[in-house]
Amino acid sequence: MSLLIREMRGAYAFVERNINLIRRYWGWEIVWLIYSLTNALAITYIGNGMSAISGQEIDTQYVVTYLLVGALIWQYLSVIFYAISEMIAWERWEGTIEYTFMAPVSRPTHLIGTTLFAIGYGVVRTLVILGIVVGFFRLNLGGANLLGAVLMLLAGSVSFVGLGIFAAVLPLLYPERGAQMTNAAAAILLLVSGVYYPIETLPGWLQRIAAASPATYVIQGMRACLLDGRSTGTLLPTIFTLIGIGVFVIAIGLVIFRYVERYAKRAGRLKRSG
Amino acid sequence: MRTTALEIEGVRKLFVRKDQTKRHRGLRSHKSKEEVVALREIDLTIKQGEVFGVLGPNGSGKSTLIRLVSTLLLPDSGALRVFGHDVEHDPFAVKRLINRVSVDAAFFKKFSPIENLMYAARLYGMNAGEAKLKMRSILKRLGLKEETFDNPMEHMSRGMQQKVAVARGFLTSPVLLLLDEPTTGLDPHSKRDVQAFVREIRDTHDATILLTTHDMDEADRLCDRIAIIDEGRIVALDTPEGLKTLIPSSNGDKQTLEDVFIALTGRGFEEAEAAEKVAS
Repeated sequence: MSLLIREMRGAYAFVERNINLIRRYWGWEIVWLIYSLTNALAITYIGNGMSAISGQEIDTQYVVTYLLVGALIWQYLSVIFYAISEMIAWERWEGTIEYTFMAPVSRPTHLIGTTLFAIGYGVVRTLVILGIVVGFFRLNLGGANLLGAVLMLLAGSVSFVGLGIFAAVLPLLYPERGAQMTNAAAAILLLVSGVYYPIETLPGWLQRIAAASPATYVIQGMRACLLDGRSTGTLLPTIFTLIGIGVFVIAIGLVIFRYVERYAKRAGRLKRSG
Repeated sequence: MRTTALEIEGVRKLFVRKDQTKRHRGLRSHKSKEEVVALREIDLTIKQGEVFGVLGPNGSGKSTLIRLVSTLLLPDSGALRVFGHDVEHDPFAVKRLINRVSVDAAFFKKFSPIENLMYAARLYGMNAGEAKLKMRSILKRLGLKEETFDNPMEHMSRGMQQKVAVARGFLTSPVLLLLDEPTTGLDPHSKRDVQAFVREIRDTHDATILLTTHDMDEADRLCDRIAIIDEGRIVALDTPEGLKTLIPSSNGDKQTLEDVFIALTGRGFEEAEAAEKVAS
């Protein structure tokens, strides 16, 4: 059997396992969908109420679209981030981590399988939420550059895969607290990346952190495509920068993961199910 | 001459444990670190086709030994080789040759046996169609009813779950099978089923089996050779019959492995387990 076929089967193991997890935990899935949907609606309604809050005439439709783009893109990116970061947390929780780690499957293959699932799942989930949310608001995406938006989203996915690998290390190092630390990391990204407001409203020191977050560029790029209709050509530097950051973060993430896996094996940390 | 399946040379493993219960000057608790030696300079060679038993009380280092061979732990010193492949430096080659059944049947509990076994089969690069046929045949051979194959494992008894764990271990046809107390906690009927299956594998396949247990009868019946391990050291190694002749009988009765253990360690199995429990 060729190495490639074996690795493809190994990668598919993670796709199929995650689909089975969704099937078997469908109740949770519905709860999370309702949570994400109501979150997106609640945030977008802030835009609808801006005139009433400030007592001034504002372009409500623009603000609503601005917030909705932020909510949906964050929803998609956080699904990628959590799906990758939970590749260890799920196994710890179920107690199967030792069996997966002793299987002849390489960590990049493990990651490819998890990423394929994460992107597919993120797209489907975001489209479902988008499909429901557009029924609540009047949106004007007439001049939007949809192709540019898709390219921007794909480029952003690469860097979030890398960030997910960093977060996946945490449950290996800290069996009990690792998953919660992942939540904290996601919350920091949400704060600094300009998801619901321009980063210029942040204090200077937070703006410097925002400049290091790939989410900042994805969200700015998405708004440029969807709200301002910027051409794909003018966004190419941002897209290539995002891909570059993504490749760099994935490479560093894999090196760190390998180092931490070795440490966990040295210290006997794979055993505890936490 | 038979090939060497597993070679263990001077393997030592210790764990650093945080102890938060100690008190400083009788008032404040503080964290301190303590080193617990799990294995001390273990040397062992197992030949292909052999069923090798490691017999010892809980906490004696049996599971640590299995985890080291499984590439889940790294030794502090010494080396382990599976069919010539170094466990630390060539783990991928080792992983293709081994599989393991442990005392805790760890599964995705909401998945069915078929879903869990399919996950394992794909991780080992097996063809799905071939794997499906094989897993059904092994599960049936182990006495699982076909109507349970697609039910969530959380609804199964401990004995049935352990049989699925055994099926997972054999599914990938490992040439070195690591059985870490596979029958501990099972009811007598399930225990007999699992032991019969291990005997069948021993008789019909060319697999090498490393079996850890604290069940003396199980070790006696299944193993070609047995190492008695206590506090991380091998205190005796021989065939079951050879071990029983190590110590003289005081009343003319045939010695049991328990008599041998008491004579070699100066304490009974339960006493040794209690001591290990206090230490850990």
